[in-house]
Amino acid sequence: MRTKTLLMVLVLSVVLAIPAWAKTLRFAFQGDAKSMDPYSLNETFQLGFLNNIYEGLIQRGPDLEIKPSLAEKWEVMEPTRWRFYLRKGVKFHDGSPFTADDVIFSATRVRAKGSDLKTRIAADTKVVKVDDYTVDFITSAPNPILYVEWGTWYIMSKSWTEKNNAVTPESATGEGENYATRHANGTGPFKLVSHEAGVKTVNEVNPDWWDKANHNVTKVIFTQVANDATRVAALLSGQVDMAYPIPVQDMKRVDGNADSRMLVGPELRTIFLGMDQYRDELLHSTVKGKNPFKDKRVRQAFFQAIDIEAIKKKVMRGLSEPSAMMIAPGVNGGGNPKFKRLGYDPAGAKKLLADAGYADGFEVGMDCPNDRYVNDEAICLAVVSMMAKVGIKVNLLAQPKAKYFPKVLAPKLDTSFYLLGWTPGSFDSWNVIYNIHGCPSETGSGKFNLGRYCNPKVDALAVQILSETDQAKRNAMIEEAWTMTINDIAYIPLHQQALAWGVRNNVELKQRPDNQFDWRHVVIK
Amino acid sequence: MPALIIRRIIQSVLVMLTVAVVAFTLFRYVGDPVSQMVGQETTIAEREQLREDLGLNDPIIVQFVRFALNTVQGKFGISFRLGRPVNELFAERLPATLELSLVAALFSLVVGIPMGVYTGLYPDRVLSKVFQTISLIGISLPTFLIGILLILFFGVLLSWLPTFGRGDVIQLGWWSTGLLTASGLKAVVMPAFTLGMFQLTLIMRLVRSEMMEVLRTDYIKFARARGLTNRTVHFGHALKNTLVPVITITGLQLGSIIAFAIITETVFQWPGMGLLFLQSIQFADVPVMSTYLILIAFFFVVINLIVDILYHVVDPRLRFDKSVVLGH
Repeated sequence: MRTKTLLMVLVLSVVLAIPAWAKTLRFAFQGDAKSMDPYSLNETFQLGFLNNIYEGLIQRGPDLEIKPSLAEKWEVMEPTRWRFYLRKGVKFHDGSPFTADDVIFSATRVRAKGSDLKTRIAADTKVVKVDDYTVDFITSAPNPILYVEWGTWYIMSKSWTEKNNAVTPESATGEGENYATRHANGTGPFKLVSHEAGVKTVNEVNPDWWDKANHNVTKVIFTQVANDATRVAALLSGQVDMAYPIPVQDMKRVDGNADSRMLVGPELRTIFLGMDQYRDELLHSTVKGKNPFKDKRVRQAFFQAIDIEAIKKKVMRGLSEPSAMMIAPGVNGGGNPKFKRLGYDPAGAKKLLADAGYADGFEVGMDCPNDRYVNDEAICLAVVSMMAKVGIKVNLLAQPKAKYFPKVLAPKLDTSFYLLGWTPGSFDSWNVIYNIHGCPSETGSGKFNLGRYCNPKVDALAVQILSETDQAKRNAMIEEAWTMTINDIAYIPLHQQALAWGVRNNVELKQRPDNQFDWRHVVIK
Repeated sequence: MPALIIRRIIQSVLVMLTVAVVAFTLFRYVGDPVSQMVGQETTIAEREQLREDLGLNDPIIVQFVRFALNTVQGKFGISFRLGRPVNELFAERLPATLELSLVAALFSLVVGIPMGVYTGLYPDRVLSKVFQTISLIGISLPTFLIGILLILFFGVLLSWLPTFGRGDVIQLGWWSTGLLTASGLKAVVMPAFTLGMFQLTLIMRLVRSEMMEVLRTDYIKFARARGLTNRTVHFGHALKNTLVPVITITGLQLGSIIAFAIITETVFQWPGMGLLFLQSIQFADVPVMSTYLILIAFFFVVINLIVDILYHVVDPRLRFDKSVVLGH
């Protein structure tokens, strides 16, 4: 009799422990969040993952619109002084209250040694506490886009990091593991339970979250599944509720399966080709004594030799959006109908080359990653054969990113012709104008301008764009800058690749164009 | 025997040192970890500083000596990719790989030996032909293809087995085991089969040819003449005498199983050392790669040593001292 009662109690307690509304979200991605430290790596997946655990002063909504988060509102007191009013009653996962001290601490930590997010706040910006729930940011020059990247600048708890000896984000260069590498203490809707990189990361819902939850998820289990076929199989067999990215050749299978569907949308990253326009003689070419890419006619010939529709149809299987600009439509300044791609015209390209003195064509080396972007190597191979049609022999060197980036990035800049992709973290044109089109200099301008395109007028405009606070004026200047760089054929933009998420049919979610997966919008039926 | 062991250990140290040198030199060509340790906004100066801090700008000799000295002291460094001590990472991943390898080896033995005996005894029966055909598939199909086909069939179409991962694990001290839970056992079936398939084929073919060879020898004829039962002749005398090469091969193959679990682990997202190694190559995570290779070399060396000792136990002819044989 006693055993029976005991058994009843046991069964009851088990039943009660698992409420009927317990919903677990299981998802898989090809990579993993390398660290749970929100300042250790400026990378989309890691920041997107932590966005569910940590929160910034602002947040980005499903369509990337800026919304208040830990800051309830903000105002510009004077052009160089911004005041942020913090949300009251917010608690970190360890129960400690969120105050201005945490914001000031986070502003210091994000700019400390070992942080990869130093650009979130300029080094000379002062962060001043007004009272426990008010913070002033004092910049050295007016900055209209001060806070646009703060959707991924997460606020950490001062007391928690101090207690656990994780005051700076240093990791690989240090002696041991940083506590924040595998532990997290944010204010967000989910709490980190355990993180084993490459194996499994478990999170549970934060019942004390300050905001009203739109999701119905109680537990989130993330697994890295690196192999494409295995990831697709996991989704098809229902072992995960969501998986991404789905390789283009498997999309039909996911859609064809009765229980799953594809979510496809344009990504913000623009894939483009760059040319060395600086050296007097190309490093990898048969043309000696001069640099053909210095001649705009040659750059235009290269542009018009590319059949972007063929790349879209054959290489990307329809899942790309050809682009006339170096930014995606979702970025401020992008999608401007004024700009059109130069048409595909191999005959015209040949003529341009002949006019420039290269009637017989020439050879040029091309660098390409083979594990970084969707079908990156295949795109380069397509470019090689298209160039062959106009008499240019391209010698392709496609390498893994660990070999590709050190070769082409500064200081080596060892490339004549290359493929690269770029997403502006601020979702604003200035970032691309400054990093990709600016004349390379010690100050950081043109950091990723590998071909060293340089137009001083564009640089001058970039300086003005940075500090212009009148939006209409600013946007007019952005358009002017794009007009100049597009007329110069500074680059050959190719396309925006597509986001490819595979989702089980019982799951509703929102796909963000920056490829971040926000669990706040997940509803499991 | 002690002399043999000491000699072997000295050889092993040399082997491992060579592996370390070769591995370290190779890593120079894998690529630069820094471009992946930082995001796109990091300035060139900061990248250079990081390279300096990690000691990547030092001459390769200096890097190697530092690495070797640290390794001898048991300091394997911090993973560039994960920011965690390398020995901790391996301690976490080691159980997964060893469990998978042992299950695979056991599977190949338990299935391979009977299949070999059968095909050896009755080479003309239909079932033998079937076994031979299966073994041909096992030896000619690449591992990843077998794995993906299995996933497709048993995971996606039939939904019998999980398509990836290790299932639920139980922590026994620092050792995590998946062999004590239902989901863990289910999860190990396909990876172990995939990994063990090649060894199974090897063992089966080995046992078969050895059996056929032994069955022709005089002592088997004498055993039959003595009127012993088939059972005793086949298993008591014939099989026992085929086991020496089987032990050698199994032992040596166990090292290969552990080392080549990389592909199986990748296909099944099995959280073992091989998967860790593969991810580290893509990242040029030198501390993890070097440790992995040294660890694998260590496994091979230890397994070889054990095989040598087992030889002496199983084969009485080797137990006699050389001096005795030579008549001194």
